[in-house]
Amino acid sequence: MKILVCMKQVPQKDAPLKLNEAGTWIREDVSYEVNEPDAYALEEALRQKEKHTGEVVVVTAGPARAQQVLREALAKGADRAIHLEGDGFVGLDAYNTARAIAAAIKDETFDLIFTGLQSDDYGYAQTGVILAEILGWPHATIIMHIEKNEGGIRVKRELEAGFFQFVDVPLPAVLTIQSGINKLRYATLIGIKQAKSKPLRKVAMAEVQSAVGSNLQKIEKLYVPQKSKNTEFLEGSPAEVAKKLVERLKNEVRVI
Amino acid sequence: MADSILVVVEQRQGKLNRVSWETIAAGQAIAAQTGWTLEAAVVGVGAMAGEVAGKKLAKVYAVESPKLEPYTPDAFAHALKLFLEKRPAKLVLMPHTYQVRDFVPKLATGMGSTAITDAVGYKYEGGKLLFTRQMFQGKFVADVSFAGTGPCFVTFQNGAFRADKVEAGGAAAPVETVNVDVPDGIVRNQPQEVFKEAKQAVDLTQAEIIVSVGRGIKEQKNIEIAKQLADALGGELAASRPICDNGWLPMDRQIGSSGQTVAPKLYLALGISGAIQHIVGMKGAKSIVAINKDSEAPIFEIADYAVVGNLFDVVPALIEEVKKART
Repeated sequence: MKILVCMKQVPQKDAPLKLNEAGTWIREDVSYEVNEPDAYALEEALRQKEKHTGEVVVVTAGPARAQQVLREALAKGADRAIHLEGDGFVGLDAYNTARAIAAAIKDETFDLIFTGLQSDDYGYAQTGVILAEILGWPHATIIMHIEKNEGGIRVKRELEAGFFQFVDVPLPAVLTIQSGINKLRYATLIGIKQAKSKPLRKVAMAEVQSAVGSNLQKIEKLYVPQKSKNTEFLEGSPAEVAKKLVERLKNEVRVI
Repeated sequence: MADSILVVVEQRQGKLNRVSWETIAAGQAIAAQTGWTLEAAVVGVGAMAGEVAGKKLAKVYAVESPKLEPYTPDAFAHALKLFLEKRPAKLVLMPHTYQVRDFVPKLATGMGSTAITDAVGYKYEGGKLLFTRQMFQGKFVADVSFAGTGPCFVTFQNGAFRADKVEAGGAAAPVETVNVDVPDGIVRNQPQEVFKEAKQAVDLTQAEIIVSVGRGIKEQKNIEIAKQLADALGGELAASRPICDNGWLPMDRQIGSSGQTVAPKLYLALGISGAIQHIVGMKGAKSIVAINKDSEAPIFEIADYAVVGNLFDVVPALIEEVKKART
């Protein structure tokens, strides 16, 4: 099976984020990491390849720093990488990101495309499904298990409130992968070494520009949410804080 | 294009889910401010259209085809596209459910438009509609505008509006059944029966006190101090998704959109940042205590009592203090 995994670099989970002066985006001088659901998508692709043979290709769209995500994926076992490289990719909406990726892979043939179910920055949860629509492929979202069957694959979808559903999907198809579908592996030293000589194709914005239009949704303003509650901050040493909190649990919340 | 709003409600086993009513409330609020016409559509089986028609709506459509049952993204996107091509709406509102997020990006793309997903509110300023959505895991919110020409699709998050604010109509809204043709070959996926994994061992919805752990707990062995605190308080232990993904606690103790939704008297969040997927599962708690070392963690926005500090220092002291208070 030939599988493409779409991966994104996002600010680290506990990185302190600050707004830019225009209040339209964050300041970019933060630490980045791979978007967590994408790491699970990569792991699943590697496992499918180990089971059925084939090839795992990883793709990302973002500035030069995003190459780190691809290098890590290659070190974990991906065969090659595609980097849609440029600052311009950061501000694309989900539709244009999908269009750009579709343009970059137009000469390739994949059986499956995986994405994480959503990104930790925009949180659109749309790029995978849109990519499927652009390619004319079927899709299934929030996947917790994949196995091959006669006509294609059988996947396990997660629904709300603890419900699940198996769905038979013909190939080629796009799947969005849920965190926790598998156990992530670490890159080995040999893997890290080998990654350096694995092919990484760079695609400039100019090469996919004709596929990309103006964004259909625009962030007018980004800001810190207004607090809806009167929060009481308890301060002091751990012992003092504990005392204050228990006093409130007793007299105000009344659970002790 | 006609200035109208269409709310597409979601029903399962003949019942509308609560977030669908909330989305109707959102539609009514936007219609009142913009003066646009408000209509609703029930997709799949028309049985629910009658109940919806009792609300303050200009019209209710029952969009029907045998191919719409069971749900597939192909059939839903196809049917709604046909429907909207004949009856254009300026704004199409839907609840942000797992089902909607499965098909709405496909539908919007197929119509050359876009979907603003997971909105928590809206603003109407100078004749322009802005939708508010959370970004960066709830650390920021964004006002998002629509820059396209086709129907603007918006999905509203669970709890963004109040279902009990839905206004009843003076007289029942007219109901029109629209049969859509979903030809063979459109539907490619074959869904099987919906099922639940092995019966849930713990029903956290009944717990009065919940002590919940997140990433800040760092290691599996540290779960023990949360357990001790839960025991001291006489409460249940729960967790955010990453903890269950790691296998540190069983999945049936997970709180959030993919786990259980709870409303205890006390929800004590240890090292939980407060990603939106978690918040939707616990914001109904009467009282929320958050302990987190990151003073900017979104969990503090909904906390009644907040402790910015190292949980490994605070929790042992808290266990002592609770034990003292209980003797």
